[in-house]
Amino acid sequence: MAASPDALPTVATHALTKRFDALTAVDQLDLTVTQGEIFGLVGPDGAGKTTTLRMLAGVIAPSDGTAEVLGLDVVRDAAALRERVGYVAQRFALYGDLTVAENIRFFANVYGLRRAAWTAWADEILTFSGLADFQRRLAADLSGGMKQKLALSCALIHHPQVLILDEPTAGVDPVSRRDLWRILYRLQADGFTVLLSTAYLDEAERCNRVGFLVRGRLTAVGTPDELRRRLPETIVEITLRDASPADLRHARDLALRTPAVRGAQLFGDRLHVLVGEASQADGVVRALGSGLTIQAAQPVEATLEDVFLAVSR
Amino acid sequence: MVERIRALVIKEFIQIIRDPRTLIIILVQPIMMLFLFGYAINTTVDHIATVVADETRDQRSRDFVRAAVNTGYFDVVADVPDARAARAAIDSGEAKVAFVIPPTFGADTLAGQPAQVQALIDGSDPNVAQTALLTASTLAQVRGVQLMAQSLGRSVNPPLDLRPNILYNPGLLSVNFMIPGLIGVVLQVQAVLLTSFAVVRERERGTLEQLVVTPIRPVELIIGKLLPYVFIAFAQVGLCLIIGTLWFRVPINGSLLLLLLMSLLFLIGALGLGLLISTISRTQGQAMQTTMFTVMPTFLITGFMFPRESMPQVIRLLSYILPLTYYLQVLRGIILKGVGLEYLYGQALALLIFAVIIATLSVVRFHRSLE
Repeated sequence: MAASPDALPTVATHALTKRFDALTAVDQLDLTVTQGEIFGLVGPDGAGKTTTLRMLAGVIAPSDGTAEVLGLDVVRDAAALRERVGYVAQRFALYGDLTVAENIRFFANVYGLRRAAWTAWADEILTFSGLADFQRRLAADLSGGMKQKLALSCALIHHPQVLILDEPTAGVDPVSRRDLWRILYRLQADGFTVLLSTAYLDEAERCNRVGFLVRGRLTAVGTPDELRRRLPETIVEITLRDASPADLRHARDLALRTPAVRGAQLFGDRLHVLVGEASQADGVVRALGSGLTIQAAQPVEATLEDVFLAVSR
Repeated sequence: MVERIRALVIKEFIQIIRDPRTLIIILVQPIMMLFLFGYAINTTVDHIATVVADETRDQRSRDFVRAAVNTGYFDVVADVPDARAARAAIDSGEAKVAFVIPPTFGADTLAGQPAQVQALIDGSDPNVAQTALLTASTLAQVRGVQLMAQSLGRSVNPPLDLRPNILYNPGLLSVNFMIPGLIGVVLQVQAVLLTSFAVVRERERGTLEQLVVTPIRPVELIIGKLLPYVFIAFAQVGLCLIIGTLWFRVPINGSLLLLLLMSLLFLIGALGLGLLISTISRTQGQAMQTTMFTVMPTFLITGFMFPRESMPQVIRLLSYILPLTYYLQVLRGIILKGVGLEYLYGQALALLIFAVIIATLSVVRFHRSLE
């Protein structure tokens, strides 16, 4: 579900900057997240994803620029925002020596919720996150995926309008990952806005909109389709037969040295060559053909990863 | 505000109950310290192992030995033939004191001549040596007067008669000195250690970051975090007082209410110190080390074990900046002397100043550390 263009901006930052001594972790960021969407902040480790989310959640203050969430300034209106934002840190940050139910109750009480206001909702959250049968288990004894679901449940207990999730699927097994996405879509259907970060590009494909963050700067924003279409270059995928990892690396280096090739990246045993027109890849094919067996070479649709690599050059 | 603090307090108690290490520190450590210090540290020296080399072997030499034993300070563990054997007994550690009564003792006392008794004293433990020396000298004086009276054939009154009246602790019992002081030391160690641990644990596990995004305000966080340890500290003061009065028979002569009020004052400073340590420690191990660093001086220079009067000026001045110095005076003042605020207002003021300074400092630093 894509957000309608006239929807209210749920998150809006202007020249948002965070410096740690000499390092500028987030640099003049202008980011807009629209109400009701799942927005993915994508980038490698150290790109500034966590710092951005921590500023938006009110954990740390920006060095420069402004950030508004739900129309409230993250610094000036921090107190009011806490009631409306749910935040899950990258690291599991709940009480391992408390049970699932005790953790939920603790956060419900901390948010000052009346019993009647949260018990039914807690049951609902625990049921759709699959934790209902584990309420008496210590949080420390949960699996990685269940820990994330519990963290999400605790961040949801006060019915926030926005969820800020820092790499919710990092270190989580594929099944739990799929569960988490099912939960996120369900929350979206209930009207929640979700802003999450991820280092996985396959995961970015599941977001409504994606922002690429490289060295603290936003290099591209759009729906996954838009981003793919935005790539002006053509991707030619060359599949090599019986190639060793060394062969593949050699092939990539060779491709990068070939004139007219703007980029080359390995995806398993396939080489993606970035060129202005498909015919420009012929030089690469010829050069490779002398030593290696080429099974196929054809233009393919760009993946988000191709786009990401292209925009972060 | 109240419900948020309540939630924090309940959570903290659940965590304490589930953590065996914290439970042991809370329950076992104070009791262990009470019994260790109550029994092992006994600065009252008596029953000193003694050997006697009596080379006279007459009525008077035996009277001297009996008088020595009757003081209660000397226990004759062996009779040895001569001075050399007496020295050997001290060398081997069999005895700490040896009385050598030479063969001339009998004749000299009969003749009214100054008779000699040699006392060999093991000086390696100054405490024991001083007690032995003092007792032996007094004994010689008293026996001297008696011998003089015998030779004169009439009673002699000593020209100077000292009538000591020892106040507050007439039995000069070490426990009466140690137990009140221990309450202070237990409180200091426990409050600092437990609070610094409790806060650092949240930081270490990342839960502090999760709390920061909730509506909990820093001041609520501090209160909710520290309140459980105030309860625990008071339970420990109670435990120490109960064991102190019932087991060690240390009477509480002053006002219990005043004692608890002053304890609260001291506790605010100690909890603040724990909070302060938590802001400069990244791990529980670091918090432990820093706490131990602050504990050492409290044992040595606050007057808990050694009198501050005998310390060099610099150390004494240093001891004035440790709140425990004042709290110990308060504890001993109330428990042993039974005095009230009319004498302890100075210490109360000092504790109050420390409480305000440390609490302010720690709250400000903690605030900043949340960033």
